[in-house]
This record gives sequence, C-alpha cells and structure tokens, in this order.
Amino acid sequence: MSDNPQILAELLPQLGEGILVTLELTVGGALLALVVAFTLGLASRARTRWARVPSRIVVEFFRGTSLVVQIFWMYYVLPLPPFYVELDPLACGIVALGLNYGAYASEVVRGSINSVPRGQWEAATALDLGPVHRLRRVIMPQAWPLMMPMFTNLLIQLVKGSALAAYISLHDLNFFIGELRQRSSETVFSYTVGLLLYFAVAYLLTLVMNAIEVRAKHRIGAGPSLREVLRLAPPASATAASVAPPPAAVPAAKGGAQDD
Amino acid sequence: MPETATTPAIQFQGVGKRFGDNVVLDGLDFSVAAGDRVTLIGPSGSGKTTILRLLMTLEEANDGLILVDGQPYTHEIRGGKRVAIPEKRRSLVRRRVGMVFQQFNLFPNMTVLENIIEAPIHVLGVPRAEAVATAEDLLDKVGLADKRDARTTQLSGGQQQRVAIARALAMEPEILLLDEVTSALDPELVADVLAVLRNIAETTDITMLIVTHEMQFAREVSNRVLMFDGGKIIEEAHPEEIFTSPKNERTQEFLRAVL
Amino acid sequence: MTETEAWSWDHAAAVLPALVDGLWITVLATVVGMVIAAVLGLFVAVVRRSGLRVVTVPVAVLVEFVRSTPLLVQLVFANLVFTQFPSLAIGCVVLGVHYATYMSEVYRAGIDAVPRGQWEAAVALDLPRRRTWTAVVLPQAIRNTLPGLGNYAISMFKETPFLFAIGVVEMYTAAQQYGGNNFRYIEAITMVGLLFLLVSYPTSLLVRRLENRLA
Repeated sequence: MSDNPQILAELLPQLGEGILVTLELTVGGALLALVVAFTLGLASRARTRWARVPSRIVVEFFRGTSLVVQIFWMYYVLPLPPFYVELDPLACGIVALGLNYGAYASEVVRGSINSVPRGQWEAATALDLGPVHRLRRVIMPQAWPLMMPMFTNLLIQLVKGSALAAYISLHDLNFFIGELRQRSSETVFSYTVGLLLYFAVAYLLTLVMNAIEVRAKHRIGAGPSLREVLRLAPPASATAASVAPPPAAVPAAKGGAQDD
Repeated sequence: MPETATTPAIQFQGVGKRFGDNVVLDGLDFSVAAGDRVTLIGPSGSGKTTILRLLMTLEEANDGLILVDGQPYTHEIRGGKRVAIPEKRRSLVRRRVGMVFQQFNLFPNMTVLENIIEAPIHVLGVPRAEAVATAEDLLDKVGLADKRDARTTQLSGGQQQRVAIARALAMEPEILLLDEVTSALDPELVADVLAVLRNIAETTDITMLIVTHEMQFAREVSNRVLMFDGGKIIEEAHPEEIFTSPKNERTQEFLRAVL
Repeated sequence: MTETEAWSWDHAAAVLPALVDGLWITVLATVVGMVIAAVLGLFVAVVRRSGLRVVTVPVAVLVEFVRSTPLLVQLVFANLVFTQFPSLAIGCVVLGVHYATYMSEVYRAGIDAVPRGQWEAAVALDLPRRRTWTAVVLPQAIRNTLPGLGNYAISMFKETPFLFAIGVVEMYTAAQQYGGNNFRYIEAITMVGLLFLLVSYPTSLLVRRLENRLA
C-alpha cells in the first residue's frame, strides 16, 4: 500500500498519455458533435421535406442505436467488405462520439431556436432582415445561451462515453487505470485514482462551459459579465456556478431595471 | 376626406383571414391615403391587429389582395388566379413598411445603437457612418441620446418602446404600423411614448395605422377612425365625430366601455 | 454459408436467437436498474431537501462524483471489488446507482414545480411534515417526473451494452461472441444496432406522447 504513490509517480508518463488521449477524444468528439448538431438541427427546421426528413432519420438513427454498438461497428465492421474503411482507432472514437452526441445535441439546437420568443422573429421580419441574416444576427445569439446548459451535460456524457476507447486499443485514461491496477495490484486504489481523474476532467470542463455560458448570457444582456462573476466570493460562485446545473435561462421579457 | 385621384398608400381588396374555423377578417375592403393617420378601434378579436400583421407579412391572407402604393404586395392575380408573390418582391415592399410592437421586441443581443443601425446597414445598404448619424439623431428625437450604448435589457419598458420607435423610423418607412404600443407599459411610462409619437405625427408625413386603447391619443393624432367588429368595418368617421356622436350601436357600446 | 458475400442473411438469421436471449437480459437489467434508480433517486432528492448541511453537502458531492465519472469504469470497478456477487446483479445495481443521480435531479425539478401555495396551504392546515410530503407534494411531483423517468429508462436501455465489460451476456456481448466464433461481425453487430433502434424508437415516441399529455 505504501509504495502506491511511488508506482503512481513512475507511471506519470503513461498517465499523461492517458489524459491526453481522453482529452483528444473529448475535444475532437465535441467539435464534430457541434458541427453535426448545427447541421442536423437547422436542417430539421427547414421548410423543404428534402432537408427535414433525412435529418430526422439520421438523428433518430444515431439516438436509437447505442453508442457502444456504434463505436464497435465502426471498429469491427467498417474495415470489412463492402465498406473497406479502416479508420485509425482515435478517428474511430472521435467519429462515433461526434455522431452520437451530435445527434442528441441537434435536438438541443432545434429546441433552443424554437424557444427564442416569436416577437424576435417578427421584429426581424418587420425590419426586412432576410432569413439567413435573421438567424445569424438575431436568433442564434439568443438561442446560443439557451443551448449551453444542455451542451455542458452532453459534454460530460461524452467524456464518460470516451472510456470505451480502451476497448478499441486506445491508451486513454480508462486504459491507464488498468495499467495502474496491474502494477500496484490494488484495485481500490487504482480505480479511486482513476475515477478522481475523470471527475477532475469533468469538473474542469464544466467550469469552462459555465464561463462560456456566463459570457453568452451577458452578451444578450442577461446576467453579469464573466469578470463580475469571477470577482464574487469564491464559495458562492463555486456552488452556484458549477455544482448545481444552471437554472433554465429566463427570457428577458421585462428587464425594467430603471425607470424613465 | 375629399376623394383624390392619387393612388392610396394601402388598399385591402376583399381580404379574408381565417385561423382554423375562426374567421377573423371576412372580405375586407378599405384604403388608406398617403399621409393618413388611421386608428383602428374595436373589441379584442375584431381583427385590428391582424390587419397590421398582414401588412407586415407576419400572417398570410387566405383571400383577397393587399396593395401598397397600388402595387400588389403578397398576392397578385395572374391568369385569373390568385398567386403568391415571391419573397424577393415582397421584401422590396416590406422595407417601406415599419412596425412597432406591443412587446417592443428589441434585440437583447445588441446595444441600443446596434438595434437601430442593423437593418439600415444590412438591408438598405446605408454606409455605417451615415446610419450611426441618423440613429443618433433619432435617439435624440426620442429623448434617449444618453442610452446609445446601453443594453436594451437595462432600459425601462417606456425607454425600450422609444428605442423600438427609433428603430422603425431608421428604415425611413412610408407606412408605420403601431400595434398597441402602450399596452405593455406601466401607466406612468405611457405619456413619454405618446409624446414621441405625437411629435412624429406632427413633423413627418408618414402614413400611420394605429391600433390602440388610448382614445385620447387616437383623437389627437388620427384623422380617421375605423370601428371594427366581427372582422368588418362597422363605422368610419373623423375622430371628433366618432368619439362625440357615434352612430352605430355597437360603437356606442364599445366607447362607453373604454372611455 | 459462403464467406465471400458482404452481407449474409444466413448469418443474420443464425445470430438472431442469441440476440433475442441477450435482449431479455438487456430488458431485465433496464427494469431492475430503473427500479433502483427511481427509489434511490427519490430518497436522494428528499434528503437533499432536508436542509441539514451535514447531510446535504456529502450527498451532493457523492451525487456529483457518481454522475460525472464513466459508468463503464464504475461497472468494472464494482465487478472487481465485489467478486462474490454475480456480474448481472452488480450490473443492475451500478446502473441503478448511476441513474439514481440523474433521477434525483428529475425529482428535484418535479418537487420545485409544485407551487409554493401548496406548501403554504399545508402549513395553514397544520399538516404534519411527513403528511405534507406524502399526501400533498409527492403525488403532484411524481406526475411531473414521469416523462423524465421514461426518457432515462430509454437512455439506460441503450447503455446496457456497457455490461459487456463485466461479461454479462446481454445483446451486444451475444453479438460479439457470435462474431468471434464465426468470424462474421457485420451481421451480428448490425443486427444489434437495429434491434436497439427497434425497441428504443417506438418507446421514445410513447414517452413523447406522455410528455405532451402531461404538459
């Protein structure tokens, strides 16, 4: 038991590699998911059936078939005939995570765009802003902060899903836990360390996402700026901003802070 | 109003609008001359707001034609059939029509100034410096020059509505639609907004279509009042006339209730 | 069975019985796991409402910890530590505990959605605290939580393949075994995916209908 810290120290390079691979999967998967989410989310709101129906099918397909099945399908089946697509394991993990969580996130995109108040669409029309301009300059900046809390949840789910990578020959954090257990012969120690590391990664990502959310909200005139939040007493901001999921954004209907 | 030979600014020709089984407008005909200030009154659900929303293409009429400056706007008759006009052509007419909403609908992701210059720059192609100068003039006119860089969410309802008026005016509309612009305001904030509108009425020749519950304001600003009931115009007169001696029984009833 | 063709219906048919057996294990794990999640989640939600910081803070930390670490790692960990129990039982419990952390949030939202006036009326009637919870708040809160429960059940169903890591022969493991024994992965793994879709999509439509009816 007493040489556990020493073993951990010896395995530091492997630990570094493990965290790096997990982060690569997370960031790569999240970026792909973001692209997928906006593509499918916008397409599923399109007026033409030719965009709407296929995007709905793709979304339901990737939500309905399990992530585990998808990742192994890409790993075991895709290199076979008739596909002959041999993906590098890292690419395989990123593509599977990106498509799966992108499908979930596309529903967030769609829902958030739909919850921007109707008056905003109407005011944009009244000013004769075209559909693309309206979406880009008026609707998206308001839908974006609504998406953030759900995106944060999905990102943590994605980190957790990335642990599958160890089973497609990647040396990620999950793989490192096994290595540590082998070297130390201590199951409880190894897994406690491993889970704490995952927790640290998730916590860090949550903090980053919360900062992005605060900024996004501030830019639409809801809530304090990031600088103001960081200046608050640490305990208050730590519990309010990170542990509890942020409350659903309140639409800024009547903001009357001061009178005429 | 004496009949003139000039083309009316707005013409409704047999316009019908239904929401499901609910008939809101039924074969409505009326026209508004350029420079007219027309107030639409009537019980809620009588179709007043729908008229404004049709003129802003926020709703689509089920039948009839709407003409602006004599040009078909949303639909036209081609080969004896009523066909929808494509969005590109609608847009050219729509940019001459402005609207102020009950709920202000300012864009919260933009500052006050950005709200006002957005459409002039990106729709009309006005150079930025020029758009900013116009916006500053307008802010001055609505008494909010000092709020230029404020967030819209930091403003009171009355201030927001005055910005919304400035935003609509920045497009230099020929027609301005005012949809219950004081209904969402606290009573003490109404006066400032009405003062701004009165000033616009006095200093410009914009055609105005007004839906309001402020009868005193309607009386001062408009030169024509249309009383709506059940999707039809049941009485039409000069404000002095309709407010002092309404002829129609429904009008009398309605005015007794709101005055 | 020719091994040259890309897709063999023979293999697809041959793997099916094993997959159906696996499906029952999958459904069993989901049902047991969800019962644990529903009960434990409610318990956690009520405890977190107690306002006693000595209790709420550790519970909050624990919930956050379980929720933000991989289910897959938790499964393997529990399976290595509790060797005396069958893997399926461990799988059900870990799934249940993991999802209890999600469910506790669903309950919390459901409880928060009960109007303040209901609590105030209970106080005005001098109802005991216990009675307030069981007769006034929870019956209303639980109605609000049904769609959440349904959605998480579907989500858990799709996460049961993680049990492959502890040797439970659910659907995916069954396919993996068939693939390994016959060197035919394409039919086995594709069929599993389709079976998941076949069960989860109609179920999600049902939950959506429930959501619309309760909304």
